[in-house]
Amino acid sequence: MQKTFNKLILSLILPALLLIVWQLSAWQAQNAAVLPTIGRVLENFIHATDNFIGLGSIPRNIGVSLIRVLSGYTAGVLIAVPLGVLMGYSKTIQQIFETFINIFKPIPPLAWQPLALAIFGVSSIASLLNMPFGQQYVFWGNFKIAMVFMIGMGSFFPVVANVMFGVQNVRQTLIDSARVLGASERDIFFKILIPAAAPSIINGLRVGLAIGWACLVGAEMLPGSLAGVGYLITHAYELARTDLVITGMICIGGVGALLDSVFRIIANKYFSWESKTR
Amino acid sequence: MKETIGVDHLEKVFHSQNDMEITALTEMNLSVPENEFLCILGPSGCGKSTLLRIIAGLEKASSGKVFYNGREHTKPCREIGMVFQSYSLMPWLNVLDNIALGLEFASVSKPERMAIAREYLDMIGMSNFGKAFPYELSGGMQQRVAIARALANNPDVLLMDEPFGALDAYTRIIMQKELLRIWEQRKKTILFVTHSVDEAVYLADRIILMSGNPGRIKKEIAITIPRVRERSNPRYGELTSELLALLEGA
Repeated sequence: MQKTFNKLILSLILPALLLIVWQLSAWQAQNAAVLPTIGRVLENFIHATDNFIGLGSIPRNIGVSLIRVLSGYTAGVLIAVPLGVLMGYSKTIQQIFETFINIFKPIPPLAWQPLALAIFGVSSIASLLNMPFGQQYVFWGNFKIAMVFMIGMGSFFPVVANVMFGVQNVRQTLIDSARVLGASERDIFFKILIPAAAPSIINGLRVGLAIGWACLVGAEMLPGSLAGVGYLITHAYELARTDLVITGMICIGGVGALLDSVFRIIANKYFSWESKTR
Repeated sequence: MKETIGVDHLEKVFHSQNDMEITALTEMNLSVPENEFLCILGPSGCGKSTLLRIIAGLEKASSGKVFYNGREHTKPCREIGMVFQSYSLMPWLNVLDNIALGLEFASVSKPERMAIAREYLDMIGMSNFGKAFPYELSGGMQQRVAIARALANNPDVLLMDEPFGALDAYTRIIMQKELLRIWEQRKKTILFVTHSVDEAVYLADRIILMSGNPGRIKKEIAITIPRVRERSNPRYGELTSELLALLEGA
């Protein structure tokens, strides 16, 4: 009990310090467009369900952003996990893809923006599914393919790298043990390599989601966006509503940390053997 | 007597990174009769583990052949089990699932393989540890589980690659006793690699002494001291000294 309390205190020192510096600087600056007070930002959260600068409530914007990130992330992961597993499993497949991937890896997702826009235009999930025009169409029209592509790009690389690393680093003794027990190649793949690499795979999924989520602001700067936390930040900046910019930043940080902790809980619950195995 | 494992003119050459050839094994000839407890004794790096891995089918010989029951053997199979030095249990499976793993590969139904796994769990005296995970066990317990896992597959031949090498002296002596008890109970052909003279003299029907650079057989010694062997037996001491002297010259 005492221990948990101490841990809590320690982890709160720096955030508290930040708040103090923020508040003092805000008083010093005397200009809400440069740095609003904590109170101004807090007020936005208290009235979270209000319609902000014509973009709707904060939960709605978070929801739109979440769907965007999750769809891009899902697309990225669906390609990255099987590819990473195969690259870890087969030297040949690794050689085919590695150089190719390494060329694209250093390109930040934001740099894809012009190309993504040129290729995918303003097509969205709504137009892709050929939805009839209406409320549904307007909602799903928010999810532009170009955005999904950028977020997917951001998630893809860390997932591939982690999954490949995980599969390649399965201890040879485990594979040998399975072979002498009569495992087929299929058994080795599904009953040894995949479970042994699962902690690395989960870690890759975790890093991928964090990066996908961090790509949000860049992706939501694309034209055709009318909602989302990233867009809220961009638009609030244009209106010199710095308090809303900070509100959006806190939302991104908070939701990101929350998503991360979900993965941490899963990892601790199901893959604790990894950290305890010497 | 019927030959279970045969090794015929086996040679293994490794190619190092700068294209040097290193001969790990040369002119290996071996015939292991059914139910024999054979110890392969030698200094580190004499190729004894390589020999075992080739017999298991985990590595290819550069030339020469391995025979199992008169037929050429090249790939790992359930009939030839193997126990490694350490850390060979699947860390994500509990003890029972680890023991049942070979049976799972053989598509034995879940209730049946769990029943067999329980039986072997009892045999190694760990009845209360079925749900434990490998990281919760001591090194000695992990090795017992590894042996149970190999035995649960009911192999004909058991290859053991310094299975007690990572254990403390006391645990090691207990494990040696236990292994002999199991071997006498369910007759198997055992090829046991070790660099401990004492271990070889205690366990073996016959010892193959190997020397390194390149690895080859230096001498064969049959141990006729009746079991259970007492380390205080003068013959035991003589054999140990003799083998130690030979090893020094190896």
